[in-house]
Amino acid sequence: MEYLLQANNVSKSFGEFKALNNVTIQVPKGSVFGLLGPNGAGKTTLIRIINQITMPDTGNVILDGEPLRPDHIQNIGYLPEERGLYKSMKVGEQCVYLAQLKGLTANEARKRLMYWFERLEIGDWWNKKIQELSKGQAQKIQFIVTVMHNPKLLIFDEPFSGFDPINANLIKDEILKLRDDGATVIFSTHRMESVEEMCDHIALIHKSNKILDGKLLDIKKAYQSNTFEVGLLTDNKEAVSAALKEKFEITPTTFKSINDELQYKVKIPQTHSANDLVSFLTSYGQLNHFVEVIPSANDIFIETVQKN
Amino acid sequence: MNHLPLIIKREYLNKVRNKSFIIMTFLSPLIFVGIFALVGYLSSVNNDNVRNISVYDESGMFINSFEDTETVKYKILTSGTLDEAKKVTENDKSYGLLHIPKTENLVQLANATTFYSEESPAISVMNKMERTIETKVNNARLKQANIDAEKIKELRVDLEIKQESFAGERTSEVGSIAKLIFGGAAGYLLFMFIIIYGNMIMRSVIEEKTSRIVEVIISSVKPIKLLLGKIIGTSLAGVTQFVAWVILIGVLSSVVALVFGIDPGAMQGQQQEMLLQSQGVESGSPDFMLQVMDAYNSLPLVNLIVMFLLFFIGGYLLYASLYAAIGAAVDSETDTQQFMMPILMPLILAVYVGFFTVIENPHGTVSQVFSYIPFTSPVVMLMRIPFGVPVWQQILSVVILFVTFIGIVWFAAKIYRVGILMYGKKASYKEIAKWLKY
Repeated sequence: MEYLLQANNVSKSFGEFKALNNVTIQVPKGSVFGLLGPNGAGKTTLIRIINQITMPDTGNVILDGEPLRPDHIQNIGYLPEERGLYKSMKVGEQCVYLAQLKGLTANEARKRLMYWFERLEIGDWWNKKIQELSKGQAQKIQFIVTVMHNPKLLIFDEPFSGFDPINANLIKDEILKLRDDGATVIFSTHRMESVEEMCDHIALIHKSNKILDGKLLDIKKAYQSNTFEVGLLTDNKEAVSAALKEKFEITPTTFKSINDELQYKVKIPQTHSANDLVSFLTSYGQLNHFVEVIPSANDIFIETVQKN
Repeated sequence: MNHLPLIIKREYLNKVRNKSFIIMTFLSPLIFVGIFALVGYLSSVNNDNVRNISVYDESGMFINSFEDTETVKYKILTSGTLDEAKKVTENDKSYGLLHIPKTENLVQLANATTFYSEESPAISVMNKMERTIETKVNNARLKQANIDAEKIKELRVDLEIKQESFAGERTSEVGSIAKLIFGGAAGYLLFMFIIIYGNMIMRSVIEEKTSRIVEVIISSVKPIKLLLGKIIGTSLAGVTQFVAWVILIGVLSSVVALVFGIDPGAMQGQQQEMLLQSQGVESGSPDFMLQVMDAYNSLPLVNLIVMFLLFFIGGYLLYASLYAAIGAAVDSETDTQQFMMPILMPLILAVYVGFFTVIENPHGTVSQVFSYIPFTSPVVMLMRIPFGVPVWQQILSVVILFVTFIGIVWFAAKIYRVGILMYGKKASYKEIAKWLKY
């Protein structure tokens, strides 16, 4: 696989505190890479190292096959968690300034701004000051500033905070479109449902160490526990429960249903297959509900962090 | 790719377009000139009042001695008693009554003369009357002793010791005062500049921190560039404002002078005269102007201008980077207090040393030591230079200043780099010392 970004054995200490301990991540080209971890795990430090805001004590970062250089910042778009804009500066002027800092000419910046303003339905804000905008409007400007120089690598730290659901969706679609157009996205968030929706790779950092990484699907497979949620319509609930308990590991569960069913989560041991469970159940009554329990990103996150 | 000009331009335009900056630029000269005009106007109104003074001269010696002036008119009373004279004066609403009694001898007369008035009289009026009586009495006493007053006047010698350095430079007391004004103005200007625009830099750093834009910016530029751009941009705005002030004050005061007929030169002249009189120099003396010209010509002008620029830039940048570091270390302006003292102390000390020690002895040990310490040298050395400081001393001081400046910028940049990304942490000196190791 071709990687756009590789951080190799990166360590960073602040005084006594070790913020990152020998962390290695590999971000495949064209992917949406979820950088996950509890608060204070070291995600922001790693992101700042990639942005050359802080320097690593040891280890190195490779961007598109080359060790990180100062001029690489033009290839990176970064939306920090702690973000803001100059409040008393006009929208247009400010965007042009920030784009110039990323290496665009003023004219080019203006042209691209026109495109983005139209795209995100930003009308006549050009001469408004940031302090006159609502929080959501300012966040839109912030998003444009992050992406307008067409960077190869986009880093979003909690990109949806401050957006209402409609605008969050709009931004989500824009991020996915940028990915489709060839950008690679690193995505750091605590909102596991958006990880589920958007990420194809993830890395989990906990207490300065990387404790998990890989393709989200592969990780899910690894965390798969061969458990099924079943709903069985039967007259003799006690007898069925007893028989089930004998052969399988069961835990009571509830799910929405219009019938009064026997509801269980059933874990199938290695010696049996799902088909065995189905034939076992159908012999006792009518099988209304049979769903494999797939671990959610949320489950994986909690389980892995608690285990460590 | 060079970001520095971009940052400087933004900082400059941002400051210059700021509403309160514009208002201050135009309002300050207005207030300044306004106050001067007001003071000038008030003092002229004050003096316009004609004071009528009754003189009840029982001795009869002073009938023709009191001469009316524009502001003081005398009225000689000859008949009646003292009580009557008092009553007349009071009814007249005169300024007061001067009573000169008839006495045995002149010494008693001098001691018994009294001025009656409703309020305590102006010092200038009292002085004038005292002088008049004194001269008359003294002359009379000289006459009694058979001494010719004219002769004494003729024989008197006015002495002023001429000053000359071993190198042959002539100076005078007037020259010293001129040098003092030059050096003092330069030092004080720098002091004001540092305080006004240092604070402006600090606020601008805090603003970037509180608006949370700083991380966005430093993902594009190095913190040191942002720091330098901010300092240079703000300084240019400061220079702009200063120049605007000088021009506006010049124009406004000429306008005020034309409209109100107040001669600003006259007011300055009065002040100068007061200063000179306190030094025992009479401005009336014909060679006064010559001395001033002399002093001006003997000022090491080229030296002064070159050194002024060097010390101004060095001293300002030194303090400006400290202000920026403070801005980076705190979360809001209210937290800056504990860090301001250590910055202001040396500055204030420098001004005090300048105005007290340097005036007393420009080349004394204290003056010399403080003109090498980089935190005080810009102000103190600028005040010393007009009195003639050996070139090697000046160069040494400038070198120390710039070496320290580089060290301080390094130190400030470290604090800045770490501080701008620290939120919510209450910065203490201990905490900041830790940042230096990151």
